[in-house]
Amino acid sequence: MHRTKPLDHVILIIGALFLVMPVVVAFMTSTHTAAEIHRQGLQILPGSHLAETYGTVLTQRGGFTGEITGMRMLMNSFILGIGFAVGKIVLSMMAAYALVYFRFRAATFMFWVIFTTLLLPLEVRIMPSYGVMSDLHLLNTYTGLIVPLLASATGTFYFRQFFKSIPDELLEAARIDGAGPIKFFIDVIVPLSKTMIAAIFIIMFVYGWNQYLWPMLMTTDESFFTLMRGIKSILQVWVGSQIPDYNQAFAMAVLAIIPPVAVVVIFQRWFIKGLTESDK
Amino acid sequence: MAKITIDNVVKTYAGGNTAVHGVTLDIQDGEFIVLVGPSGCGKSTLLRMVAGLETISGGEVRIGERRVNDLDPADRDIAMVFQNYALYPHMTVRENLAYGLKNRGTAKAEIEARVAEAARMLEISQYLDRKPRALSGGQRQRVAMGRAIVRKPAAFLFDEPLSNLDAKLRVTMRGEIRKLQKRLGTTSLYVTHDQLEAMTLADRLVVLNGGRIEQIGKPLEIYHRPASTFVASFIGSPAMNLVDARIDNGTLSFGGLTVAVGSAVNGPVTLGLRAEDMQVAPPGQAGMSMQVEYIEELGAQRLVHGMVGDQALTVTLSPAVPLTDVMQLTLPADRLHLFDAQTGTRLHAEPRRVVQPA
Repeated sequence: MHRTKPLDHVILIIGALFLVMPVVVAFMTSTHTAAEIHRQGLQILPGSHLAETYGTVLTQRGGFTGEITGMRMLMNSFILGIGFAVGKIVLSMMAAYALVYFRFRAATFMFWVIFTTLLLPLEVRIMPSYGVMSDLHLLNTYTGLIVPLLASATGTFYFRQFFKSIPDELLEAARIDGAGPIKFFIDVIVPLSKTMIAAIFIIMFVYGWNQYLWPMLMTTDESFFTLMRGIKSILQVWVGSQIPDYNQAFAMAVLAIIPPVAVVVIFQRWFIKGLTESDK
Repeated sequence: MAKITIDNVVKTYAGGNTAVHGVTLDIQDGEFIVLVGPSGCGKSTLLRMVAGLETISGGEVRIGERRVNDLDPADRDIAMVFQNYALYPHMTVRENLAYGLKNRGTAKAEIEARVAEAARMLEISQYLDRKPRALSGGQRQRVAMGRAIVRKPAAFLFDEPLSNLDAKLRVTMRGEIRKLQKRLGTTSLYVTHDQLEAMTLADRLVVLNGGRIEQIGKPLEIYHRPASTFVASFIGSPAMNLVDARIDNGTLSFGGLTVAVGSAVNGPVTLGLRAEDMQVAPPGQAGMSMQVEYIEELGAQRLVHGMVGDQALTVTLSPAVPLTDVMQLTLPADRLHLFDAQTGTRLHAEPRRVVQPA
């Protein structure tokens, strides 16, 4: 095995700093007042307005209608992130289950159809999706925000590959033990997929959390604003002599980082397991 | 507990490939039947058709008096033990054993009693709360057998259950399977490619080749009277020597010796000789000369490989017998196996027991 030398650590430290510094700068800057930031630019030393800024961000009513608080945006982001992750996992597991375990005439063909859509980003189908949701009167609803994006080629693909690695004998043993398709799915497949589910959950939660374009199209009502939109709207007030609340924008950005980081930390152990080994 | 009737069963795959050609087999209640054959002979396919994991293309399978062709595996009243154990990895041993019963809606107390009984029988009681991955191969196989036992099925189906174990454990487990089956008296169908396993376990042995039955019989019957050269070479270790010989006017000649065998056939035949049936000829008695090529020492005995004329021969000799470069061997007149040179089927000529120099 390779013995670590001091140089390796230097490279590691530089790499870590490179990734961590922007976050530190954002956090430190958020503890100064907007005027200070406007005068002196980004800060790397702590300021004296930590509690004040974060308190304001979380509770002050803002936006154009004055009805949306940071808490509300945080909640919306959570609903979107968790709704995405859970919905995508449920849907793609069931799709993959059907593709792997049921003999369809065109199962392989269908799989490739699904797989091909992996190549198409959301932006390609964003207008038709919007049209459909608008006709269904689902604009400005959580349903409209979440449901159209639930079909996940990535998730289906990962679960399909995982299910294929489960030995056939397990299915046969379950059949002899009297477990039907639904029982087998719930009693055997789901518990075995735990690590895989954790991995997909992280990916999809972060994906949902970071959505910007889709919520912006789908919702005009400010009570559906997510954090991503909140940050943007704080910076959009450059009118006359008013300066944007940089401190609040940074505070919100820092807040926006915390939940995905927490999710990764919590699921990390399973996540790595899920992507590297099939638990036998 | 029930008899199993396999009546002219055929398996043809979608591509037109036929894996099993009309196999007929009657299994008595409580009997231990071993299906043996080389890989690809259709033995596993046949077992899986009985289990209901493969559809039956033709013929009929009956368990007890019930025709089961169209029944789900769960409804056939059978239990199966797989080669790779197929334990549910996320369940404890206890849950693994109980799963089949739970699905059938067996009462909780009954499940517990049966699991405890099976665990005691298989000596896995102390592992009941462990997950399969914390168990060794032998223990896993016990759990897999436990899963079959708790169900109290009409029949056990074993699909090469010992192939994943190391040689020593295989011998132990072989004995335990036999003991357990005797004790429970459950009809069993056992698939293996290991002829030794087949010989030691079976009440009756079914030798399969290319999707057809070559021979059915008690292990010793098959050993002593193989129905074809295929069976002769497959059953027994070392494999039976099969050499070219001739019969002229009822007299077999091989290696410079002749034996009167009756006048059933004339011309070339295949002569089968078990390695342990040949002895060193006593001084003064005519023998066939074998040019010794190499020796395999097995401890209790040694295998001597050599040539008689242009025919390879293997002989089992006691280590006490002195070795020479050329050895004079007897031809066991009452232990000759004669096969048709073309078709390989056994010729039923009763040898008269006289050996003479040519």
